[in-house]
Amino acid sequence: MKILKIITIFALLTFTFSSCNSNKSKQGTILYLCPMQCEGNKTYNQPFNCPICKMDLQPLETSASKIENTDGISEESIFNLTSNWNTEEGEQILLKDLKGKTLVMVMIYTSCKAACPRLVADMRNIEAQIPDNKIDQLNFVLISIDSKTDTPERLKSFAIENYMDDPQWTFLQGTETGVREFANVLAVKYKQISPIDFSHSNIISIFNPKGELIHQQEGLGVDNTETIDAILRLTN
Amino acid sequence: MKDHVFRLLIFIIISQTKLFGQSENMVFIQGSRYIPLYGRDSTVVEVKDFEMDIFPVTNVQFLEFVKQYPKWQKSKALKLFTDQSYLLNWKNDFELNDTEKQNSPVTYVSWFAAKDYCECQGKRLPTIDEWEYAAMADQTSRDARLKPEYNKQILAWYETPKTNENLIGKNQKNVWGVYDLHGLVWEWTLDFNSVLITGESRKDVDKDNNLFCGSAAVNATDLMNYAAFMRYAIRGSLKAKYAMKNLGFRCVKDTKPQP
Repeated sequence: MKILKIITIFALLTFTFSSCNSNKSKQGTILYLCPMQCEGNKTYNQPFNCPICKMDLQPLETSASKIENTDGISEESIFNLTSNWNTEEGEQILLKDLKGKTLVMVMIYTSCKAACPRLVADMRNIEAQIPDNKIDQLNFVLISIDSKTDTPERLKSFAIENYMDDPQWTFLQGTETGVREFANVLAVKYKQISPIDFSHSNIISIFNPKGELIHQQEGLGVDNTETIDAILRLTN
Repeated sequence: MKDHVFRLLIFIIISQTKLFGQSENMVFIQGSRYIPLYGRDSTVVEVKDFEMDIFPVTNVQFLEFVKQYPKWQKSKALKLFTDQSYLLNWKNDFELNDTEKQNSPVTYVSWFAAKDYCECQGKRLPTIDEWEYAAMADQTSRDARLKPEYNKQILAWYETPKTNENLIGKNQKNVWGVYDLHGLVWEWTLDFNSVLITGESRKDVDKDNNLFCGSAAVNATDLMNYAAFMRYAIRGSLKAKYAMKNLGFRCVKDTKPQP
């Protein structure tokens, strides 16, 4: 009989784990708040009347969007992405952790011999034209397309080799799906041609400190005046 | 007693496989190697075994999805992931326009929404190579690309307007048992953004810029396959947040290794 119980429990567990990790739990807990906020931000689990002004309580937004509101992230912000990334320093971050600085982003891979060195040069060119007193308001982020090869260690040595190891430079390694999703946000196209070679669009993207896309520079070695103007407009 | 427990165990194992192993409304596609329309260094690609949805995702299925995942409702979907056309043919979060049918394929969905839909079913979007592989079959053979009727039929569809309003499953199923890969709507693929042809392809892409300029025709491995050429062109022009009237999707799944 004991065996029977164990089997049943095992089966139940398997069923539970097989289900999609949805946000069901969030749906279950709708909170209600007095529209006049008589009691400040006090919330209720049931749609009662407000004990003070007797008005009907109103349901709060779902918890997900509540978090966004408190964070001050808009709908268009890349900080809505929830993918995980490793930095060249070996830290694990979300894109949200980059909030607060103007972001200059580009997608590259370190074993690239053709376009990336030029893209990286373009990035350094832009960086060189920013006045020193503004540099701490900026974050130059290089995201690897090749998440398999470009480990944090490899990104770190790439940074040192290319004199991009100062604090304003960040290198990111993601997951395969995270990278594809992010590339799609930037409208960057890429294709793996061989185990070490990719074809990809050459786009440098500028985001404001809230993660909203402000400007994109397309192409290699193009005139970057507009891009620099866009960056300077975002800094004080 | 032991016998009883054993029988129960068998029952559980069978019901498990019924529920999760062999998927409802999916068919097994046996992988192989083939030459897609456009290959570069290695022209042959390998597709592993996978399971594919028999039908494209329908309006009513997508409605169920947005009920369960409010973040994809018409009014709640983030602008980062959708454009203004998202679910354009829906009245509101939970109702389609009266002219729309429940069992028509869902369209006006972005890549992000399609991808999330599949992931929440424990599936994923097919890669271009997988989709093209399944779609090169006709009713009788796994690779019908050289048959003139096959190409003619697809091109005839491309000329027919408003096929997105038709119901799923009305076209002939192909030899795998999959319906409507052609004849109804275009479909999202996981790596659509690996087709490197944009309006700016001449300047913003380092290597792939010759697909549609003069030399393109030489590179395309199957000159007859004009229809596939058009599909690649569409994919190259898409952005992930776009929603289009005649662009839907279906999901696939990796097959579990057979015990």
